[in-house]
Amino acid sequence: MTGPARLTMLYATRLRALSIATVATLGGALTLAFFYAPMDADQGFMQKIFYVHVPMAIVALGGFVFGAIMAIRHLRTGDARYDLRAYVAIHVSLVLGAGVLITGSIWAKASWGHWWVWDEPTLVSFLIVFLLYATYQPLRFSIEDPERQARYASVFAIVAGAFVPLNFLAVRLAEAYTHPRVFATADGGLPPRMALTFYVALAGMALLYLTLWRYEMASKNTAAQLRSLRRRLGGEDAVAARGRSAAPSLPAS
Amino acid sequence: MRATVAALMRKELGLELRAPQALPAMALFSVTTLVVFHFAIQRGQVEGDLAAGVLWVTLLFAAMLGISRLFVADHEEGGLDAFLLAPVDRSALLVAKALTLLGFLLAVQVVAVPAFAFLLLGTSPGAGGFARLVAVLVLADVGIAIIGTLVGALAVQTRARDLIVPLIGLPLLVPVVIGAAKATTPLFLQAGAASLPGRWLAVLGLYDLVFGLLAYGLFDFLVED
Repeated sequence: MTGPARLTMLYATRLRALSIATVATLGGALTLAFFYAPMDADQGFMQKIFYVHVPMAIVALGGFVFGAIMAIRHLRTGDARYDLRAYVAIHVSLVLGAGVLITGSIWAKASWGHWWVWDEPTLVSFLIVFLLYATYQPLRFSIEDPERQARYASVFAIVAGAFVPLNFLAVRLAEAYTHPRVFATADGGLPPRMALTFYVALAGMALLYLTLWRYEMASKNTAAQLRSLRRRLGGEDAVAARGRSAAPSLPAS
Repeated sequence: MRATVAALMRKELGLELRAPQALPAMALFSVTTLVVFHFAIQRGQVEGDLAAGVLWVTLLFAAMLGISRLFVADHEEGGLDAFLLAPVDRSALLVAKALTLLGFLLAVQVVAVPAFAFLLLGTSPGAGGFARLVAVLVLADVGIAIIGTLVGALAVQTRARDLIVPLIGLPLLVPVVIGAAKATTPLFLQAGAASLPGRWLAVLGLYDLVFGLLAYGLFDFLVED
């Protein structure tokens, strides 16, 4: 098997097993959340959204940081595959980020009676981070030269990755503490049954991220490989020139 | 390095003095924005947090104008290519551009802040308050200059230059706005200038430090080829 073909196989292997594990873990987490974790004394049933919202936010932010690390490696090595990894990481994180904002908004409506609460530092910080990362794809799209596009996108991903913690610090300082402090409360944090449910949900969400990331990586790699095979079969004219795109282009193999 | 930065800054200042472009536009824009604010918020006078907000939105938007022009002349007239041919450290360009932008921002604020005090501000911060205002302005301007240079260099190579600058620049500068607005609010209180909370100056200083180092490390990748 040739190099690129083996590479694609590498991305596509164990995708089925990974998908099954993701569904099982997420399903298990939801089951635990509804039937095992105790009702919250203050917030009642609405608190169950915590098991979706918080893991999703943690995983999305982790994905942005992962993107920044891949971007650093891209700038250091100049290898376009790292740029593709950073691109897919940020893409999947943005999708989860939209979910975080929606679930957070629903939780805010249920807890405080408003869809959006400005004195809620974590959600506000997340919105700012989301708005910043939402410019990642427009930025890529507006640079035509693929090599420069990859380089500039990596610079952006690193700056934005460093921005995430600083922004959380500034917003946290600026606002009153109204976000439900689930972990560090005076009476010692989560009860054990809630904690177990939360960690299962976190693992499930991390698996979901990994699965989506692997699927998109496999898709992008397969498409690139298909193009190069077509070109090898039919010559240069068999493949239409690649138009302007925000997605990274892999070097022809 | 120092000689290169000095030469680059002489070029920037010479350009701006010979054919003033960014500075008059930024100054005029900030005064116009203050007038727009008067009608939009329908107040003759502002104070406290509202005053701080009006001032910082005005200064930030004026800064965006300067940032989108920062690298345009170099890009279009080939100055960037000439710089790359010269056997000098690339970081010199970052330092020179950031210092130039800092100078522009301070020069604009020499016009905009008195205009703000004259047109809208209901109180006078007094001499002590004025010194503290200058400290906040300088700390915030350093952050805006660093981010502005980075975003300006990023945007000048794109097709949608004038769109990219505010789209990326504004979210990145939110922490600066938070720190600067919080730090200037006590200076504009009706009851007289209150003391400045030190932690906001610390947030601004930390922001300047982190992004200064990042910009220094990453700028080379923006001016390659």
